[in-house]
Amino acid sequence: MLKSKTFVKKTRSGGVVKIVREHYLRDDIWCGSEACNECKQESTVLQKDACIESNLCSFPHYLVPDTNVVLHQIDVLEDPVIRNVIILQTVLQEVRHRSAPVYKRLKDVIHEKEKFFYTFTNEHHRETFIEREPGETANDRNDRAIRVAAKWYSQHLKSDKNGLQVVLLTNDQGNKNKAEESGLLVYRCEEYIKSLIANPELVDRLALSNDDKNEVTSSKVLYPEHLPLSKIQTGIKSGSFIQGTFRASRDNYLEATVFIQKEGDDSTEVLIQGLQHLNRAVHQDVVAVQLLPQNQWVAPSSVVLQDDGAAKDDSVEEGEEEKALRISAAEAARKPTGKVVGIIKRNWRPFCGMLNVSQIKESTRHLFTPADRRIPRIRIETRQASSLVGNRIMVAIDGWPKDSRYPNGHFVRSLGGAGEKETEEEVLLLEHDVPHQAFSQAVLSFLPKLPWAITKEDLAKREDLRQLTVCSVDPPGCTDIDDALHCRELENGNLEVGVHIADVSHFIRPGNALDKEAANRGTTVYMCGKRIDMVPELLSSNLCSLRSNVERFAFSCIWEMNHEAKILKTRFTKSVINSKASLTYAEAQMRIDDVNKNDDITKSLRGLNKLAKILKRGRIEKGALTLSSLEVRFHIDSETHDPIDLQTKELMETNSMVEEFMLLANISVAQKIYDEFSECALLRKHPAPPPSNYEILLKAAKSKNVEIHTDSAKALADSLDMARVDHFPYFNTLLRILATRCMMQAVYFCSGMDSDFHHYGLASSIYTHFTSPIRRYSDIIVHRLLAVAIGADSTYPDLMDKHKQSALCNNLNYRHKMAQYAQRASVAFHTQLFFKSRGIINEEGYVLFVRKNAIIVLIPKFGLEGTVFFDRKDKNNPNLVFDEEGPTPKVEQHTFHIFDKVKVTVSLDDTNIQHQKIRMALTDPVIPGVSVPPPDVEPQAKKPKLDR
Amino acid sequence: MAGLELLSDQGYRLDGRKATEVRKVQARMGVFAQADGSAYLEQGNTKALAVVYGPHEMRGSRSRTLHDRAVINCQYSMATFSTAERKRRPHGDRKSTEMSLHLKQTFEAAVMTQLYPRSQIDIYVKILQSDGGNYSVCVNAATLAVIDAGIPMRDYVCACTVGFVDETPLADLCYAEESGGVSSLALALLPRGGQIALLQMDARLHQDHLEALIEAAMIACKGVSKVLDEVVRQHLQEVSMLTAE
Repeated sequence: MLKSKTFVKKTRSGGVVKIVREHYLRDDIWCGSEACNECKQESTVLQKDACIESNLCSFPHYLVPDTNVVLHQIDVLEDPVIRNVIILQTVLQEVRHRSAPVYKRLKDVIHEKEKFFYTFTNEHHRETFIEREPGETANDRNDRAIRVAAKWYSQHLKSDKNGLQVVLLTNDQGNKNKAEESGLLVYRCEEYIKSLIANPELVDRLALSNDDKNEVTSSKVLYPEHLPLSKIQTGIKSGSFIQGTFRASRDNYLEATVFIQKEGDDSTEVLIQGLQHLNRAVHQDVVAVQLLPQNQWVAPSSVVLQDDGAAKDDSVEEGEEEKALRISAAEAARKPTGKVVGIIKRNWRPFCGMLNVSQIKESTRHLFTPADRRIPRIRIETRQASSLVGNRIMVAIDGWPKDSRYPNGHFVRSLGGAGEKETEEEVLLLEHDVPHQAFSQAVLSFLPKLPWAITKEDLAKREDLRQLTVCSVDPPGCTDIDDALHCRELENGNLEVGVHIADVSHFIRPGNALDKEAANRGTTVYMCGKRIDMVPELLSSNLCSLRSNVERFAFSCIWEMNHEAKILKTRFTKSVINSKASLTYAEAQMRIDDVNKNDDITKSLRGLNKLAKILKRGRIEKGALTLSSLEVRFHIDSETHDPIDLQTKELMETNSMVEEFMLLANISVAQKIYDEFSECALLRKHPAPPPSNYEILLKAAKSKNVEIHTDSAKALADSLDMARVDHFPYFNTLLRILATRCMMQAVYFCSGMDSDFHHYGLASSIYTHFTSPIRRYSDIIVHRLLAVAIGADSTYPDLMDKHKQSALCNNLNYRHKMAQYAQRASVAFHTQLFFKSRGIINEEGYVLFVRKNAIIVLIPKFGLEGTVFFDRKDKNNPNLVFDEEGPTPKVEQHTFHIFDKVKVTVSLDDTNIQHQKIRMALTDPVIPGVSVPPPDVEPQAKKPKLDR
Repeated sequence: MAGLELLSDQGYRLDGRKATEVRKVQARMGVFAQADGSAYLEQGNTKALAVVYGPHEMRGSRSRTLHDRAVINCQYSMATFSTAERKRRPHGDRKSTEMSLHLKQTFEAAVMTQLYPRSQIDIYVKILQSDGGNYSVCVNAATLAVIDAGIPMRDYVCACTVGFVDETPLADLCYAEESGGVSSLALALLPRGGQIALLQMDARLHQDHLEALIEAAMIACKGVSKVLDEVVRQHLQEVSMLTAE
């Protein structure tokens, strides 16, 4: 079947080692075209009538892009319009070496069936393989290989009746000329895209390439040249440069810090000030900095500077603003200052933001302002500016030449009108790096086929618990039910308690596309009124969800307890259950309280509740913290999906009942998997906060003459319980809110990589997440570990590799953090929507923190926090005296303390459409020049309009 | 930046082979006149020379003599010029001792030693050029040499390595693939009966994949055996033509 020819390829690498490799050239690599009769291929990818309507090519044609076109114009290639493309192996390999993200995107496109992308293995083909000639560079050789392959295709397809042709796309002039000489049809990428009929918007997606001659080039060089990588590396080695992550300042576009990770955990910062020194670094880039001599060191300025010179262009007079920065600072405040000498790795991603339309009407160049203030503005070229105004759009940076004030970029896509709910939600997700695209076909292909039923084989492997009175208790409207409970009395008088968790790991097998996608997403993200699933809906809301009266697979953790809630026996098993009822917290509470009810479910619930109370008491005695944070819940209008009311979440006994058993299950499982796999168990820890974290709490408590002990979790818990002030019942809650802010973040880790397992908040020596595998990937891994531990499933190499586990934990921690931020941002956005419709409201609140020039006020009714500034831009600043000891700011005659009760007005500040925010203003106490008069209009007046 | 892609999405390996394809095998028998049997075998860029002496009387320590069968004595060595870096290779180092032992075990299973009690058969194999799969090439070369010496065997012994990449078994690894962190397995097979003469693996591999890997190795070994069979027949034809004259 194959006629192979052996020959030898020699390459010299590094030293003087000669590498000899065989290379088999084949004649059984087919062209992949439907129109071809010669090739004996089984299936074809490229269509017979490949039609993209174009002015340049009126005949059907296939596109052959070269490497640079793929690297720079991947946004264009991804567009559904572009189809029937031949990706040569040479190109694929070069892309793989040059850019991993582009390579991944290219592979995704190739896998997409609708796009008709074909990979032609030209390097192994007998007629298209070429050897590097003496004196030829690797790049030239690859260019030639691309031309030879394109030539081969055009010869090969010559016999086609429809006049099918091959079009080579290249931006390299030399390559183009050579291709034309050999009789190939060749176009520049821009040329070709512009010729496409009916798709003018594609032009905007074209990335600006460096050799684009019509660039706005002011002759003036604005930035110093970046050093080449080799020089940077020697510099870093010799210690003259330092490598670090560039973090732009949110408030001042002329200032940034570079974080330098040293050995161990400690890190230092270097301050960078001024455009010249920032030298085109963008937030999150990895850069090399050089420290300035000590006499040029400066202090970070406290000035807020926003780059808002809309009319300014490259010829900006930057001098004045920079001078404003250099106000001579006190010697002591000076910090190590440096300048960026080179970029080690760019970390550009597509940015969300809005377009500032150029004043010149006909201009096609516009500035783009990203939503993230740390990202500089980007210059893009578009012909559809007028239709993009007021929209949120995405833009990618292409490059930042040294003679350009702003980086150059290109338009990627429009997200929708600014201020609209869908658009803003999309922006939130994108800015927090939450993967939220629909699941790809590859992922969906691993779902079980419907109709799905439990088979005999399944039953044989699992314990049949269908007869048990299992029920689930969840918040209202929950469709991804991942836990259910039961409790019954055994014959020996003891109680049997079971926690049944959805068996997601049965459906998600390690290593397949579904698993990889879930591992990448890491967690389900709950936005207000919207859920971004970690696993496809079929699993999350149906097959895995432990709904009532259907048979479902579960992973059960079953304890035998005595009536004092002492665990006598623990057992884990894969099972089949049939939940008898899915209740809400309120429903469950009503059943427990209703003395007339005496059915099995109610009895089971009462048993659970009784045990939970004992467990909770035990836990608190051990020093578990009960902290507080206000969570709000929106009542969302079912028609318009606008929030109509806001309510802080209420906690019932049943909440804590479910929580108690979940904690117990998690701890039991953590112990089991750690005993079994001491090196690779996935656990969760919550480090004790350093004492300095508690300072705010201690000072605040002292102001009310309350003593808080922070020596241990137990001491803290006890002193929080004792902390009460007469006539101020809310004080305790406020204190707990403050205490929450002092805590560290709980994180996942791999047991083989760490020695400190303690969970501070729960006062448990070991902890993990087992109970929500539908919405957390960590739980899936824990399920797999536990399944192996009890012999119910087989293991796989990655599960036992502590380094891979640890990498996975890092991703999960990152995703969890981002999901939390996104959720908070979503709540903030809905709060804004809510206040937008309410107008100005006068509310009571408490001072939570004090700052030099502001107080932060919490309004318990809405769970809303806001800042009240004392100084204003337009008026004369009031007389401010700040006492560091308290800390208490004194404004005019009034002194503010933490926990003071104040009255504020709340309204929406939408002067800046990109950054809408809640504005609070003081009404009581009345301080001239600071407070505002309470609104005369009763907010209720506006209500009828809302009810509709 | 990115490591080598051992198996592309299109199913081609670094050197253009598909997953199941074995490298080109070329061999000659009877390359030396003074030895009882000899063979030279190339499998891709791995080249080996095998020489057989015997069966003859026991030499050296007579205590090793076996009364019911012949003793097989194997010696494996690598030429100093066999790898990219020239390196002196002393006799009896760990690696070659181990390899010698493996060869010995393989041929004890294949050669009908009970026909020559109290005697000794020497098999010397030298790798002239190494490009992966040294063990299997040695086995294949030695088989031809033993046949050339006219020593009866149960069957050809054919060996092949298999690696496991992206859930796919790759037959007959070359050096670049072997050094790419692939878990590989070497198998020596008596192809007609399908008996395994030796199975050796010192990498981590999940148990579930082992069967598929052995299966692939067996198929590859059978492919090699066809080539060896052809070589033997060709050699016989040449020899018989010479003797006919």
